[in-house]
Amino acid sequence: MLQATPSDTLSRVKAIVADLKHKPGALLPILHEVRDTLGYVPENAVPLIAEGLQITRAEVHGVISFYHDFNTQPIGNHRLQICRAEACQARGSRELEHYARERLGIDYHQTTRDGEFTLEPVYCLGNCATGPSVRIGNHIHGRVSAERFDAILDKALTVPIDLEPLTEGDA
Amino acid sequence: MITLYVPRDTTAVSLGADDVAISLARAAEAKGIDLHIVRNGSRGLFWLEPLVEVETDQGRIAYGPVMPEDVPALLDAGILEGAAGHRLHLGLTEEIPYLKNQQRLTFARAGITDPVSIDDYRAHGGFKGLEVALAKTRQQIVDEVKTSGLRGRGGAAFPAGIKWQTVLDANPRSDDNESANSRYSGQKFIVCNADEGDSGTFADRLVMEADPYMLIEGMAIAGLAVGAETGYIYLRSEYPLAQVILNDAIARAEAAGYLGDNILSSGKAFHLEVRLGAGAYICGEETSLLDSLEGKRGQVRVKPPLPALKGAFGQPTVVNNVLTLAAVPSIMAEGGRAYADYGMGRSRGTLPFQLTGNLERGGVVELAFGITLRELLYDYGGGSASGRPIRAVQVGGPLGAYMPESQWDTPLDYEAFADIGAVVGHGGIVAFDDTVDMLEQARFAMEFCAVESCGKCTPCRIGSTRGVEVIDRIRLNENRDANLTLLNDLCDTLEYGSLCAMGGMTPNPVRSALHYFPDDFARTTASPTTEER
Repeated sequence: MLQATPSDTLSRVKAIVADLKHKPGALLPILHEVRDTLGYVPENAVPLIAEGLQITRAEVHGVISFYHDFNTQPIGNHRLQICRAEACQARGSRELEHYARERLGIDYHQTTRDGEFTLEPVYCLGNCATGPSVRIGNHIHGRVSAERFDAILDKALTVPIDLEPLTEGDA
Repeated sequence: MITLYVPRDTTAVSLGADDVAISLARAAEAKGIDLHIVRNGSRGLFWLEPLVEVETDQGRIAYGPVMPEDVPALLDAGILEGAAGHRLHLGLTEEIPYLKNQQRLTFARAGITDPVSIDDYRAHGGFKGLEVALAKTRQQIVDEVKTSGLRGRGGAAFPAGIKWQTVLDANPRSDDNESANSRYSGQKFIVCNADEGDSGTFADRLVMEADPYMLIEGMAIAGLAVGAETGYIYLRSEYPLAQVILNDAIARAEAAGYLGDNILSSGKAFHLEVRLGAGAYICGEETSLLDSLEGKRGQVRVKPPLPALKGAFGQPTVVNNVLTLAAVPSIMAEGGRAYADYGMGRSRGTLPFQLTGNLERGGVVELAFGITLRELLYDYGGGSASGRPIRAVQVGGPLGAYMPESQWDTPLDYEAFADIGAVVGHGGIVAFDDTVDMLEQARFAMEFCAVESCGKCTPCRIGSTRGVEVIDRIRLNENRDANLTLLNDLCDTLEYGSLCAMGGMTPNPVRSALHYFPDDFARTTASPTTEER
């Protein structure tokens, strides 16, 4: 995630829209790309996307607000998700959630004061045989105890992790 | 040269497989050993991940679960020769009873091959089904799928052959299509539902990560069968590794001529693209998925029209689950009859059961229908991981019922489960030990529905929020009898008044928790409410 000036932001959004608008059902691919590039979907991107796709701003706003993935405010350096679903509950995710909130001093959908972590709930990471599970960036961790949770935070803070979105080229 | 296998799979990686692979490579380099590390898919024996295998004259020998810090000792103990002696030595992989006793059709190649190697896929029978299909007429392909008795594996269990027939017979230029964009006129689509959102399920993910060409091949065959030249895999964004592997596999399949404008020089075209969801459980419902694919809010559509007639972009569309499409290549290669020979009653073929939650040995167990839950929980699952008694088991995802021990001898097939008000769904099995609070689980079912409801119909959108409140009042002993009655009424309203399964089935976990675990809803004296004090 790079820091961008406002005009920079808009030119990037324009480039993404121009690049993807020909796709059938282009809105979700565009929103994903904007979020992956800027870290969020800024409000001033909405008119540009609407114009590019020849739909109303209300329609764009409606889609952004429908999906959990499209945050409209910047988040911390690391998006930290804890699985709240049943298979992880059976392995102690409720205790892990409690520990994470205490440890970070924030609740879900909040960012730590130092701007490092934004805590979010997630409903299943498909890692259900080895819960509780946590996702940070594009890395998923299994059997996360309090100690392992601390280790995940430490690693995020000490080693620069790859924040580039996973795309075809990364394989 | 020595060949080692270290899985590149979400679960294996979540437990340190990448670090194990790096440690092994470094240690081999330091010792000057010529080591070839294959990042295979997982065998689905997740309790043994990271499962490292070494190729020997006797076959592949397994070690697991291997942590990065185990690597030096394993090398000293002779892992590269497949030597026994180390505590993590498991013997021949194929002889591990958990794996040996399965009937693997869908997961026959999982963990054996390098997922993105086309040569590996071909060497293990891959693309035979596509070759067979290219020599058949559309109707012959559809007839073969009908013969197999294959039913949708996403949960609804609708016969796949009948769905395909409807799309084959549909006229893509039908008159009621004016609203659709003319750019899509004349087209049909194949859409793979890879929005595997049910907690306790990962079979779709395992297919996509361990054997992606099987899905690609199945979709290409579906395209040939109904006359569709474009396919989409609608993948949930919670599966970042599956996305990378699928995109890699698709690019390689295009380069090798299995996808594109001229499949295997047949003159027939099929193009495939991965589309990412955006964190909405409801998009696993097929009509929501289609709206989402079209770039809209993922709201449920009223049926009819059926997606088979008016699906993606208003055109006739096959929407099938990953496992359904993945079953197609072997049906085509071996014949529908061979597939139908597995199973019981109207549940033909195999189903990959996914053992999850509080179980000692979690993983994928693919078997013909008809095994009981008890056998799965104890013979395969090894009982609870915590060592405490298993108390409740949720089958079929967050909309499935919680089953008490008295029901664990019911054979797992669609009809037998329906008879006792339960669902097999996608085959996910979540076990809870006796520390579970079933009132809390019922509350979560309502809360989940409130968070994930698409909001189109009132019972689901509002009823779920009211459900959380009512359960909270029951817990606090506020007018408990009246509130229990209200909760039942609310469940009726959700069940009968909702457009789709989200609202319609949320009562399953709530009612089963109430009915089979009434003690957890009983009056508590520990925390009296303000009024009672």
